Amino acid sequence: MSVDTKTVARIAHLARLKVPEEALEPMAGELNQILDWVEQLEEVNTDNVAPMTSVVHADLPRREDKITAGDQRDDVLKNAPDAQHGFFAVPKVIE
Amino acid sequence: MTKLIDMSIATALDHLEKGTFSSRELTECYLAAIEHGGSLNAFVTATPEKALEMADAADAARKSGDAGPMCGIPLAIKDLFCTDGVKTTASSRILGEFEPAYESTVTANLWRDGAVLLGKTSLDEFAMGSSNENSYFGPVENPWRAADGASRVPGGSSGGSAAAVAANLAAGATGTDTGGSIRQPASFSGIVGMKPTYGRCSRWGTIAFASSLDQAGPLTKTVEDAAIMLGSMAGFDPMDSTSIDRPVPDYRAALTGDVKGLKIGIPKEYRLDNAPAEILNLWDQGAQWLADAGAELVDISLPHTSYALPTYYIVAPAEASSNLARYDGVRYGIREAGDDLIDMYENTRAAGFGAEVRRRILIGTYVLSAGYYDAYYLKAQKVRTLIAQDFDSAFQDVDLVLTPTAPSDAFVAGAKSNDPIEMYLNDVFTVPASLAGLPGISVPSALSDEGLPLGLQLIGRPFDEETVLRAGQVLESAAEFTHRPTEWWKENA
Repeated sequence: MSVDTKTVARIAHLARLKVPEEALEPMAGELNQILDWVEQLEEVNTDNVAPMTSVVHADLPRREDKITAGDQRDDVLKNAPDAQHGFFAVPKVIE
Repeated sequence: MTKLIDMSIATALDHLEKGTFSSRELTECYLAAIEHGGSLNAFVTATPEKALEMADAADAARKSGDAGPMCGIPLAIKDLFCTDGVKTTASSRILGEFEPAYESTVTANLWRDGAVLLGKTSLDEFAMGSSNENSYFGPVENPWRAADGASRVPGGSSGGSAAAVAANLAAGATGTDTGGSIRQPASFSGIVGMKPTYGRCSRWGTIAFASSLDQAGPLTKTVEDAAIMLGSMAGFDPMDSTSIDRPVPDYRAALTGDVKGLKIGIPKEYRLDNAPAEILNLWDQGAQWLADAGAELVDISLPHTSYALPTYYIVAPAEASSNLARYDGVRYGIREAGDDLIDMYENTRAAGFGAEVRRRILIGTYVLSAGYYDAYYLKAQKVRTLIAQDFDSAFQDVDLVLTPTAPSDAFVAGAKSNDPIEMYLNDVFTVPASLAGLPGISVPSALSDEGLPLGLQLIGRPFDEETVLRAGQVLESAAEFTHRPTEWWKENA
């Protein structure tokens, strides 16, 4: 499997990362170098092997569905590049 | 008396208790050292006023008999831990002037026990790198230089923390380790670095890179200091669902110096064909030191070792691409204008992330995307199971595994920057234990032919940090590593 510039452009858009036209080709090269290298995993027989989904064998703890740290609007907004009237502000999304 | 900043945490604690000097005096010495150590570029942010305030509070606590286990000890904190009211950057441009309104659990635990914040140290951006060259704030210099005077990288990603401790700019420092980011810089910088078991330290408030791998740990001058500091950092935290609810042992009490009868595994797959002779010789020497102290050496096999790095470079970028989705120019950090909302996201992230971070986000997004998930991500998770099983079987027969920490001594800046895979290979000996979630320590053990530090790594069973530390201290005593770097950075001040 190898990626072409079209695939890089698609992935970059999925990742919400602008990659300028002229950078697509070199980026495809870099990604292919890494993908070629990780392809050695195909040598490993993983039939009947379960994927590792948790590192330490423990049940996920549960807690009551209760608000424990509410009422922090100003703290939450204080680092926003643009906050107005107690909300995060973003470029217009509805015409 | 030795200079204050040369002292280990254990020695400084004794003096603070006796009243030989105060935390304020000790903190002032470190603040002066930080000022004179500017050319190392170890710190992103120094916090002298806060440090003196905390030192005074520590002195008052000690006076009133409330001294915690780290009372009055000045520390450097990797700039990946959120610190309340103190700028936190992850060495990235994208976080801008981000000032957390909360404290990470690990640092809160250290402050609870009386430690003092000197400042925030540089790292590879979002902890992605093995040389500290990937920092938005410029590379960090290793305090150690080769015999010919050429400068070296401090390793990474906790390179600022490692350089700060090695140059005596802090009594100890926090790091985080995802694939070797505590142990490899410790090896390159001639200090001790410990990654505890996954789940031992809370990840809450630590900026996430790869959540199934990230673990916090100490970088210190001695193994005893690592034991003291880890004791404060560790502990159950309901805010992290992968934090494990079990008591934190008295790690310092585990340092009995006795390894008689301990079985030390020597894995044959770590004997790489192209490894430098000095690395292999030191490994043999380390095994001999433990055998001389009464441990038993056992040849073992960890058959899937060579697949650990490619597995890691699927799993870690995949998790990173998800974790870093939050940097969208809306809630914190910088924003770059765009034609619409999506365009703003894309411009912000392109401007805010450095080259290596962008590369890993793209790889991670690709291996998680429809049609490729099974071939890459699921496959890697299955191989990860096999790598962990290798260790499980080995630990049926042995108590610890001994390996070199890194395949070389510290390299020259720029030497590996153009080849990502060449850079990734630095973590060949540290990544397997990370994938299996196991505790590991790097202990400075010798100088290379170039006059640079080399470390040895011990890996233990899950939650058996005590045995790792105990044998680590035996290695430390046998190695008698008392070398110090020439303090060239003072002349540049």
